[in-house]
Amino acid sequence: MPAVTETREQVEKLGQSSYKWGFETDIEMDFAPKGLNEDTIRLISARKEEPEWLLDWRLAAFRAWQTMTEPTWAKVTYPPIDYQDAHYYAAPKKKPGPKSLEEVDPELLRTYEKLGIPLHEQALLVGVEVPEGEEARLPVAVDAVFDSVSVATTFRKTLSEAGVIFCPISEAVRDHPDLVRKYLGSVVPAGDNFYAALNAAVFTDGSFVFVPKGVRCPMELSTYFRINARNTGQFERTLIIVEDGASVSYLEGCTAPMRDENQLHAAVVELVAMEDAAIKYSTVQNWYPGDENGLGGIYNFVTKRGACRGARAKISWTQVETGSAITWKYPSCILQGEGSVGEFYSVAVTNNHQQADTGTKMIHIGRNTRSTIIAKTISAGQSDSTYRGLVRMMPKASGARNFTQCDSLLIGDRCGAHTVPYIENRNMSARIEHEATTSKISEDQMFYCRQRGLSEEDAVGLIVNGFCKDVLRELPMEFAVEAQKLLQISLEGSVG
Amino acid sequence: MTVVTDIKRKQDLCRDVAETSGVKKMSELLKISGLHASIDADGTPKEILRGVDLVIPPGEVHAIMGPNGCGKSTLSYVLAGREEYEVTAGSVSFIGRDLLAMEPEERAAAGLFLAFQSPVELPGVNNANFLRTAVNAVRRARGETELDAVGFLKAVRAATKNLSMSDDMLKRNVNVGFSGGEKKRNEVLQMTMLQPKLAILDETDSGLDVDALRIVAEGVRNLRSPDFSALVITHHQRLLDYLGPDRIHVMAKGRIVRSGGPELAKQIDVEGYASFLAEAA
Ligand SMILES: Nc1ncnc2c1ncn2[C@@H]1O[C@H](COP(=O)(O)OP(=O)(O)OP(=O)(O)O)[C@@H](O)[C@H]1O
Ligand SMILES: [Mg+2]
Repeated sequence: MPAVTETREQVEKLGQSSYKWGFETDIEMDFAPKGLNEDTIRLISARKEEPEWLLDWRLAAFRAWQTMTEPTWAKVTYPPIDYQDAHYYAAPKKKPGPKSLEEVDPELLRTYEKLGIPLHEQALLVGVEVPEGEEARLPVAVDAVFDSVSVATTFRKTLSEAGVIFCPISEAVRDHPDLVRKYLGSVVPAGDNFYAALNAAVFTDGSFVFVPKGVRCPMELSTYFRINARNTGQFERTLIIVEDGASVSYLEGCTAPMRDENQLHAAVVELVAMEDAAIKYSTVQNWYPGDENGLGGIYNFVTKRGACRGARAKISWTQVETGSAITWKYPSCILQGEGSVGEFYSVAVTNNHQQADTGTKMIHIGRNTRSTIIAKTISAGQSDSTYRGLVRMMPKASGARNFTQCDSLLIGDRCGAHTVPYIENRNMSARIEHEATTSKISEDQMFYCRQRGLSEEDAVGLIVNGFCKDVLRELPMEFAVEAQKLLQISLEGSVG
Repeated sequence: MTVVTDIKRKQDLCRDVAETSGVKKMSELLKISGLHASIDADGTPKEILRGVDLVIPPGEVHAIMGPNGCGKSTLSYVLAGREEYEVTAGSVSFIGRDLLAMEPEERAAAGLFLAFQSPVELPGVNNANFLRTAVNAVRRARGETELDAVGFLKAVRAATKNLSMSDDMLKRNVNVGFSGGEKKRNEVLQMTMLQPKLAILDETDSGLDVDALRIVAEGVRNLRSPDFSALVITHHQRLLDYLGPDRIHVMAKGRIVRSGGPELAKQIDVEGYASFLAEAA
């Protein structure tokens, strides 16, 4: 029996779950038929009115994908995925642009409300006209990826005045074809790996960011991802290009509706940083992890990679991963430019039956390149978490340095944490440092906290937040607060 | 010293009022009866407390003295609710409630505070943040309003000043890298902020220099009121000199074998525990 059908049946019997942000919006959907073949891809491409070259690129990726097999080296197990048992395209039915919020599908607004998006921002999201000057007060630009189609993009004006392009990738294909064609697949090639190839073949949307020479993006860019349609895999594709001396901070956050089926998510994120450019990419990931028995959660197979093409370019990945049933994710940096810098700050929390195999790759190609890896792994319940990190010093990477710190925190004694560092050094002058620790929250610590009046959950929250401090402080302010709450919520019921 | 006598007089008045008005509860803040507790030592239960009887009225300071390993810390852990110890017999009432039926955090909220013999390190947890979380958890449980950042800062500044402590300790992680004396002072700071009804101080005076010892004693004396009692576990006469305890209890082999006035401590100082051990046998 395919995994989806099996879990659907089992989960339906379980009824209410404790997942806090489990809600599902009922908006009329426009589906592609189930199944994956060249016709599906042609349909997607046609719906999006894509140019010939992109269809060809997709088809080439699909043909490559057909010859590939799912990777099995990660320390995760799950029932086989039936790729034919899913829809690969779903778009909210198009309506003419609304004049006011009253005209907007109330279901959609309710979803935004549950996500905590303020009303005036909601108006911007659905494209309602806003009086002059209104948008200037808002600190964050949100490009809501509501299911596969970006429903709306905000702050276009402020951004475009600064010369920044921030739009759904399908729009970028239409409006900035040369840029997209030049960079799409230049960091993560279409045939890079099984999931990346699948994504290249069927991606339906995602964000596109271009920051021109010398421009500091005037606001943090943020995208809310929602997985919303039953049985629709999500294949987002994000492309961020930052030119010489420019910089951007990009936030990606998501909570998912309660699901009764396993859902595959295979996103690709490509970052390109030129000379003296800086990209900060922050993620708070809270997809439905499945119930206490591990049923029904989301499978998250992501390829994220950044290329520091120019000298002194800097790419910084920060992630707080609390959700998904299975996480397979290795945000990486290719450090080509001399003196370029790669950073990876990660907190991965697993509870109940969650499985995470995550880490990073730092490929040092240029001279004096530097990378820092701080990975914090927290395992509770019967979960299993693996840090897998590769540091590779290429022959020309003279004077390159890496520092890696991997800390694991175990809560209870039925969970597991593993650290798998791969180190390849082909340059004698390169320096690699690796530190790893494993600790447990001790009974002494718990008792001490409780004697001071803290509940077990408060105590765990305090200790866990302390454990993750070095990573959390890398997050933009509003994200850090959300992440702290999330950590506590995802560990509820893990002690005692 | 006059202050202390004043307070003592107040307490006596209180007790008189309580007794004449027939409120029996007032005469026993804590009542331990026939308490037996054991610990699992490699699979076999090992009895450590073998019938402890003890009563502490409100407003009094009592001391427990006794040789190493007689069960003093064990008693404090059992009172605070440590799960490793199994209570096999006996009962404990605290402000009229069944203490043994309460969770450790409920006991804390009810006003029981334990200054640990070996305070625990919490890596990564900021001391001020910990203290504020604890104070607010307890206030919430007591139905009081929580302190905001400003209110907390004010209160904690006042407390550190009172204890002649530097604010630096607040910026560090809970007990991490603290010297022995700093850890003890941190316990006293927590005690001050949490405003307990009963503070158990397990050798809080050990390893302290003379000045620190005076500060700790000051910390306890500042709290002295008809609503505050302390159970001080100590090996040293000096702290008792500062505190002027109402009663001294001698513990040996898991039992209170003798109780008396402050003169008992002086006797121990001179004679040691030999005669008490004989009594316990
Ligand atoms: N986990 C344990 N396993 C085995 N024995 C234990 C355990 N904990 C305490 N004990 C024993 O219980 C007895 C009482 O210990 P406790 O710490 O209460 O003594 P104490 O009176 O506080 O001594 P001290 O004056 O040295 O602090 C000791 O013999 C100790 O070895
Ligand atoms: Mg002791």
